[in-house]
Amino acid sequence: MNIKSMAFASALAVASAVVATAAVAADISGAGASFPYPIYAKWADAYKKDTGNGLNYQSIGSGGGIKQITARTVTFGASDVPLNAKELADGGNLMQWPMVMGGIVPVINVEGVASGDLTLDGDTLAKIFLGEVKTWDDAAIKKLNPNAKLPSAAILVVHRSDGSGTTFNFTNYLGKVSKTWAEKVGSKTAVEWPTGLGAKGNEGVANNVQQTKGSIGYVETAYAKQNKLTTTKMVNHDGKVVEANAAGVQAAAANADWAKSDGFFLIITDQPGAAAWPISASTFILMPKEVKDAAAASEALKFFAWAYKNGDKMADELDYVAMPAGVKDLVMSKWADIKGADGKAVPAK
Amino acid sequence: MADVMTDRTATLERLGRDRASVLRGLGFSDKIFNTLTWLAAVSVLLVLGAVFISLIIGAYPALQAFGFSFVTTAVWNPNTDKYGAFAPIVGTLITAFIAMLIAVPIGLGIAIYLTERCPLLLRRPISIAIELLAGIPSIIYGIWGLFFFAPFMKENVYPSLILAFSHVPVLADLFAGPAYGIGTLTSSLILAVMVLPFITSVSRDVFDTVPPVLKEAAYGQGFTTWEVVKNIVIPYTRVGLLGGVMLALGRALGETMAVTFVIGNADKLSTSLLAPGTTISAKIANEFTEAVGDLYTSSLIALGLILFVITFIVLSIARYMLLRLEQKAGV
Repeated sequence: MNIKSMAFASALAVASAVVATAAVAADISGAGASFPYPIYAKWADAYKKDTGNGLNYQSIGSGGGIKQITARTVTFGASDVPLNAKELADGGNLMQWPMVMGGIVPVINVEGVASGDLTLDGDTLAKIFLGEVKTWDDAAIKKLNPNAKLPSAAILVVHRSDGSGTTFNFTNYLGKVSKTWAEKVGSKTAVEWPTGLGAKGNEGVANNVQQTKGSIGYVETAYAKQNKLTTTKMVNHDGKVVEANAAGVQAAAANADWAKSDGFFLIITDQPGAAAWPISASTFILMPKEVKDAAAASEALKFFAWAYKNGDKMADELDYVAMPAGVKDLVMSKWADIKGADGKAVPAK
Repeated sequence: MADVMTDRTATLERLGRDRASVLRGLGFSDKIFNTLTWLAAVSVLLVLGAVFISLIIGAYPALQAFGFSFVTTAVWNPNTDKYGAFAPIVGTLITAFIAMLIAVPIGLGIAIYLTERCPLLLRRPISIAIELLAGIPSIIYGIWGLFFFAPFMKENVYPSLILAFSHVPVLADLFAGPAYGIGTLTSSLILAVMVLPFITSVSRDVFDTVPPVLKEAAYGQGFTTWEVVKNIVIPYTRVGLLGGVMLALGRALGETMAVTFVIGNADKLSTSLLAPGTTISAKIANEFTEAVGDLYTSSLIALGLILFVITFIVLSIARYMLLRLEQKAGV
């Protein structure tokens, strides 16, 4: 091969690389929450096999997702925290809907207490995280667990140090069940914790809890299940003792009144229902109502419609909880609000 | 005759022309080279300036809202949008200080051993092992710290520390329990391991530059190894040594991932070194991705600006110390 033909070949290679990049650029692009990333990736993989269309999802955190969709650098954003009407307007007339759900569960490390042995209620959990209940044999815990053998060891609270949708939903729940919590700490992706130490990510919290006797933390139920952590039961809104599992989260979502919510602004913690798991959470997709690139938006909506239709089993395999059918229909009917530059609704089929 | 003369002049003229054009060509390439190096040097200043300016612009809302109290208050509450950087500033300075306190003597000791005492056979393996330490990504240090080092310290070291100092006035506060394993001291120790290779390899390299004749003269006068190191090697290499130490300090101040894993990320100030704390870079790494709201983001950028300024001040102090040393040596 002489120099000339080599140069030609490399030019060809560059050209084909450019073509390949162009093909990648046609992928559906999204960015945001890291909590749903595993299931979005799994759906995207199956969707690509089904339709040939790929998804490029950057798992950069809810805050980043909101910023990117506001700047319109991606076709959709994803957030673990729902935006209220004003925030949706601030983002340049966005709409949002819940895509998939999960639960959050307290995990503990107490000598002689196995998974499910201990029951807590919202008020006691709040008092523990406020630093008011300081030992495991405190009267408040004993009252809920008359038969458990509880040591007089000090309680060490472990919380997330990174901003996280898990923290948002957990603190939101504590705020609903404890007035003191709502006034003193409030709810956000990161809060000023009254006590304890911060660990990075679910794995950081889990590891610190496993290593420290007398500690309590909170992680996603999927994470607790996969890593066989010691979880507690909770007393829910209806006063029933429930375990953290998919059925409990589904029950919480089923009783949530999505139809009456303002732009799907609904946080499904502390929902009514005998079987409802009290610390349930949904994760949201954000898209503008007036899109510049109708074709790209249409591809994204097709993907979400496909995931609603075919994704439940995959969600279940990864310990996520699919949205109830009624909510899916409601969401898909709202997609008619997403319009292209010509004022026509963006097709989702 | 005349013919020969014209021929000669023509040749000379031609030669002169060639020479001039060659010289012109050389001058041209010199100019290009000069410009290129100048551009390379200026681009550093430009990037530095751009970083500084964009940090100031990003931090402006926070600095405007809180003023100087941003530096002096230890509050960090995203819910009420009140931010103060005192706790992370203190945490950054303390962890870096303890890390240097441990790493500088050990690093120098290794370098002295390697250059003065070590058998030739061992020199390379030890050097390579230390340089490998510098090649380990910080996330690995973080995970090692979280899963192995912190539990080890908690079980085996901290209980005895607490016990040993429980009746010593100041130290009892510094080493007060409960020991969770993760906390300020653990992250300082990991930082010390991380910066050790910088100090060691730089000081070993500069120790090697000491002219043998100086050392031999000193040994010839009956100096011990320690006296040679103290009076000849270290004074001769002080500029390079300080450079190595500053490089290490810069890393200790800015190290993020390893610290985030083991420091405990608590915004509360504590007198105990065993208690959880936080640093500027750990705080930014933890919260930036999920920071929603202008003031929150801006406060995190302001933290970055403060780290920038701290590093700048530290470097300036080092330069100043060096200047003093040189003046003293000059007299």
